[in-house]
Amino acid sequence: MHRLVPCIIAFILQLSPAVSQETSPRLGDWADVLARARGQTVYWNAWAGEQAINRYIAWAAQEVSKRYGIKVEHVKLSDTSEAVAKIITEKAAGRDKGGSVDLIWINGPNFASLKDKGLLFGPWVDKLPNYRFADVIGKPVITRDFTLPTEGFESPWDIAQLVFYYDRSRTPAPPRTTEALLQYAKTHPGRITYPDVQNFLGATFLKQVLIELVEDRSVLQEPPLDADFARLTAPLWAFLDELHPVAWRSGKAFPANSAELRQLLADREIDIAFSFNPSEASLAIARGELPASVSSYVLDGGTIANANFLAIPYNASSKEGAMVVADFLLSPQAQARKQDPSVWGGLTVLSLSKLSSDDRRLFETPNTATVVRPVTEAESALPEPHARWMTRIIQAWLQRYASK
Amino acid sequence: MNPSKGEGLWLRLVPAVVFIILVVPTACGLLGVFLPAFGYFPALGGSEFTLQHWRLLLEAPGLFRSVILTIWIGLASTVLSLATVVLLFAQFHDTRVFWLVRRTLSPLLSIPHVAIAIGLALVIAPSGLLFRFVAQFLPDLDVPPDLLIVHDRMGLSLIGALVLKEAPFLFLMSLAALPQINPTQSLATARTIGYTPTIAWIKVVLPRLYRQIRLPVLAVLAYSLSVVDAALIVGPTTPPPLGVAVFKWMSEPELRDRFIAAAGAVLVLCITLFGTTLWIGLERLLILLGRRWLELGSRKQGAKAISIAAYAVGILLLTFILLSAGAILLWAFAGNWPYPNVAPDFLTAATWNTNSRQFLWPLFNALIIGGAASLLALAFTVSLLERDVHRRTNTQDWMRNLLYVPLIVPQIAFLPGMQILLIALHLDSNIYSVIAAHLVFVLPYVYLSLSDPWAHFDDRYRQTAMAMGATPRRALFRVRLPMLLAALLTAAAVGFAVSVGQYLPTLLVGAGRVPTVTTEAVALASGGDRRLVAVLAMLQSLLPLGAFLVAVFVPLIVFRNRRGVRTT
Amino acid sequence: MNVSPRTEESGLLIRDLRIAIGGKTLFNLSLSIRPGEIITIMGPSGTGKSALLACVSGLLPPVFSAEGEVWLGSRRIDELPAHLRKTGLLFQDDLLFPHLSVAGNLKFSIDERMGRAERNVTVESALATAGLSGFGGRDPATLSGGQRARVSLLRVLLSEPRALLLDEPFSKLDPELRDQFRQYVFNEARLRMLPVLMVTHDPADHRAAGGQLIKIGTANE
Repeated sequence: MHRLVPCIIAFILQLSPAVSQETSPRLGDWADVLARARGQTVYWNAWAGEQAINRYIAWAAQEVSKRYGIKVEHVKLSDTSEAVAKIITEKAAGRDKGGSVDLIWINGPNFASLKDKGLLFGPWVDKLPNYRFADVIGKPVITRDFTLPTEGFESPWDIAQLVFYYDRSRTPAPPRTTEALLQYAKTHPGRITYPDVQNFLGATFLKQVLIELVEDRSVLQEPPLDADFARLTAPLWAFLDELHPVAWRSGKAFPANSAELRQLLADREIDIAFSFNPSEASLAIARGELPASVSSYVLDGGTIANANFLAIPYNASSKEGAMVVADFLLSPQAQARKQDPSVWGGLTVLSLSKLSSDDRRLFETPNTATVVRPVTEAESALPEPHARWMTRIIQAWLQRYASK
Repeated sequence: MNPSKGEGLWLRLVPAVVFIILVVPTACGLLGVFLPAFGYFPALGGSEFTLQHWRLLLEAPGLFRSVILTIWIGLASTVLSLATVVLLFAQFHDTRVFWLVRRTLSPLLSIPHVAIAIGLALVIAPSGLLFRFVAQFLPDLDVPPDLLIVHDRMGLSLIGALVLKEAPFLFLMSLAALPQINPTQSLATARTIGYTPTIAWIKVVLPRLYRQIRLPVLAVLAYSLSVVDAALIVGPTTPPPLGVAVFKWMSEPELRDRFIAAAGAVLVLCITLFGTTLWIGLERLLILLGRRWLELGSRKQGAKAISIAAYAVGILLLTFILLSAGAILLWAFAGNWPYPNVAPDFLTAATWNTNSRQFLWPLFNALIIGGAASLLALAFTVSLLERDVHRRTNTQDWMRNLLYVPLIVPQIAFLPGMQILLIALHLDSNIYSVIAAHLVFVLPYVYLSLSDPWAHFDDRYRQTAMAMGATPRRALFRVRLPMLLAALLTAAAVGFAVSVGQYLPTLLVGAGRVPTVTTEAVALASGGDRRLVAVLAMLQSLLPLGAFLVAVFVPLIVFRNRRGVRTT
Repeated sequence: MNVSPRTEESGLLIRDLRIAIGGKTLFNLSLSIRPGEIITIMGPSGTGKSALLACVSGLLPPVFSAEGEVWLGSRRIDELPAHLRKTGLLFQDDLLFPHLSVAGNLKFSIDERMGRAERNVTVESALATAGLSGFGGRDPATLSGGQRARVSLLRVLLSEPRALLLDEPFSKLDPELRDQFRQYVFNEARLRMLPVLMVTHDPADHRAAGGQLIKIGTANE
């Protein structure tokens, strides 16, 4: 019996469709891709913590359906790792075709992990007709994801930058460096916090602090060495050791994500919030969730910026459809709508100089409606550290603070 | 002499089918968890038995605290829920207040765990309703107090949310069990020899009642020991209870974490076993102590304290449930609503209008899954019960025990294994599999809900019908089922409510592709748009409530000219 | 109490019937009822009087076991399922189906092969014979006790039984109603030449029925 049972399980788990059809799209011929894509359903796995983005995704789904006859289902994730886990499980279970994820909003360690395991389809990005408008020179973040070259395995669709915001009527002089943030917390106990480190934004905050405190920023562009990790991160832990006792809830609990951070500011539980969406504050003001007296700013030494990408798993069922969706999201129309601060406010990945004058005009929406000016100064953008830093820092943080 | 043969093939097969539905998924799921926990799972790259994953599990940050928390939350919420029920019964049985409590708690039972947790968070958070009320009188509270209430490290708010849900559940289970022990006579006897009604109830009725509701109590304990959905919303986070920790490992992008999750799932199972054993030990201890107290013969001592406590828990329970429901309702329609205002500046349907795409599809899914699962469960239940009638044998005892298997084995302990099996068999991520998975959890409740009215049905109606030449099928469809319409609809509504509340089976089996209002509510609850979360929580509560309204009003309408049919 | 078995063209014959519960024999019985004859069974409660009727009609609860033969006319019926036995059963409660109208109750017992129009006619004329003309559409719950009793007898008769089994059918009726209804039932049974097996503990029932009286459960205790 003890030998039989594992055998049965093993047998069941090895089951996979014996007949493998050739479904890889012929990439050279875009018309062929479009033809195959028609009628497909694309399960787009995307983080769903921001309603403005969810609505944008819904709009894009509608457009793609209208233009190309592709049905897009937004599979809402509270964390991208859920979809990554799904792909890995499918690989493990032997489902090399007909996977449940067609398109995934991804970047950083998740991309590194999937690419490393060979679980991504590609390279396919340079085959997209609209990719020729992408600003690969002026915006290096769209070709290097957390220092890792994307090599055509993921298509950029948005640029994000860490932006802080606060209520002018309550906090006249917000801290303009992370060091100042610590001092502010000491004079205003309980009024500062950052999201859970297992959340993308929370981890980014730690990296922002690390970048500001580390002596030589170039070491962050390489994977961390075991020998150096403790020494290089020591200032970060010292910073957090000082911050936590004076942080919100005495550093014993952390908001889950950017939306909860925003809610805390709206409820006046904290004084400073931040987001990866430059227009977060203005969107929330427009929705009536934040008072009109909220302003946003970038830290004096600059803040981390990165690009949001789209990747296609190796076993995706609707690869052509996924490519067409990615291509649509690169189109001037989609990019312009995304940059509209009343829709989302995400920065474009396109080079406006490459666009026709008609298309360029799409981006010139009058800014009168917005209270907060989107931050666009390229010089304020700091590059992401290597993806391994993020995973190591999260592990170390959990080791230090979660077990007590 | 061998009277009625002629039992159809279906009726002969149905116990086997039900056995397969209830036990096979659980067993396969457990196997799919045990093997990887010890390293063996060829498909995931583990080909030999090893204890390495256990080492990694035990070294995980905060594991010890997680385990302690889990046991604490499980025991505390079960003790409190049970104590609440005992107090309410002891103090208010046979009174008009009791009738009132009974009327108010019944519909509240349909509010799913997730909605309760969301509502409670909206009430007790530092920026929640309670502090907004207090802030009206304390000017210092113009900013919310810096208190860790929701997600508190002791799990108190999680315990609160669990009690708000489980106490009404146990209350209704007790109500259903009470007629079987016929308390009126023994109560009267105890009263005549000088016991106060409260003490008499505790000494005379409770011991026998407890025996009747023991399995539901153990189900509550098992649920509380392994809770994931409500814990994600109000439970401790650093570290979380073990169920949540396992759930998080499952969604980690590293394969190694899958093995740790499997080991963790086995640990959850062990803790459930340990907790149950501990509970049974506590039962023994209480019986010993209780017997001495019973024999002391004190007739009035403690009655006053019990009375005060009963009023306190009754009022607390109702207040918090009503406040939670109110908070959900207000936030679902709130315009601008800054702290410390106790009411929104204005009410608006904007959240409903701008987000309709986000909740209509999940709403539709929940409706379809709940409808299909509860109707299937009803069909199986009727078949099982009819088979008993037909066979004239009583399978009820073993069936009842079997039915508790999916309720007592923690979901998080076998669903991970089931998920991998389903993926391997290409059976995941479609609505049919989700319905089948829900059926596992819906069927027990439907059966438990229908079997009593079924047993109380006057069998002479069937005998009369058959003596007049009606076939068994005709007697069933033309006599028994129509007469039991109210009970059938109630059972279906219970099943529907259970289905709507399911989080883990929907998420894991549906692979995220079959979203329901529940999965969406949990996904957004931890920090999503508070208004949209409230909308989802409201829809999540309205679905089962609607089902119960159907169960109440359809029989009233259908039988409006038939006074002799029981419509409740 | 051994009655020598006789085969009667359309009578009810019970031969060597032994009913037991948990291995303990309740009674042994053989009897023969001619068409139109009423045989009364009396005995204290718990002696299995009702079990006898349930056994004859094929509805014996599982706790009992039974051996022996039951014949209705030339057919042996104890191997048949209940709905094919054609043994009309009348309890002390009228047991009208509360979810059906009076007419609905009556139609329930009419052979399904009968046409719709014919059914309606049958029901109406049956109601008329019982003095209940125009009651077809009524909710049974709105009828008086006597009316309900009559409807329940009509319902049994419309199913065209070949024997009538009465389980204390008059015990719940008011005294003045009781005599009236009893005569009504007996007349109908005799008119239709039905063998009747009646279980009761009211001696008046037996006096009204005349016929044989069998006492069970007293001798062996």
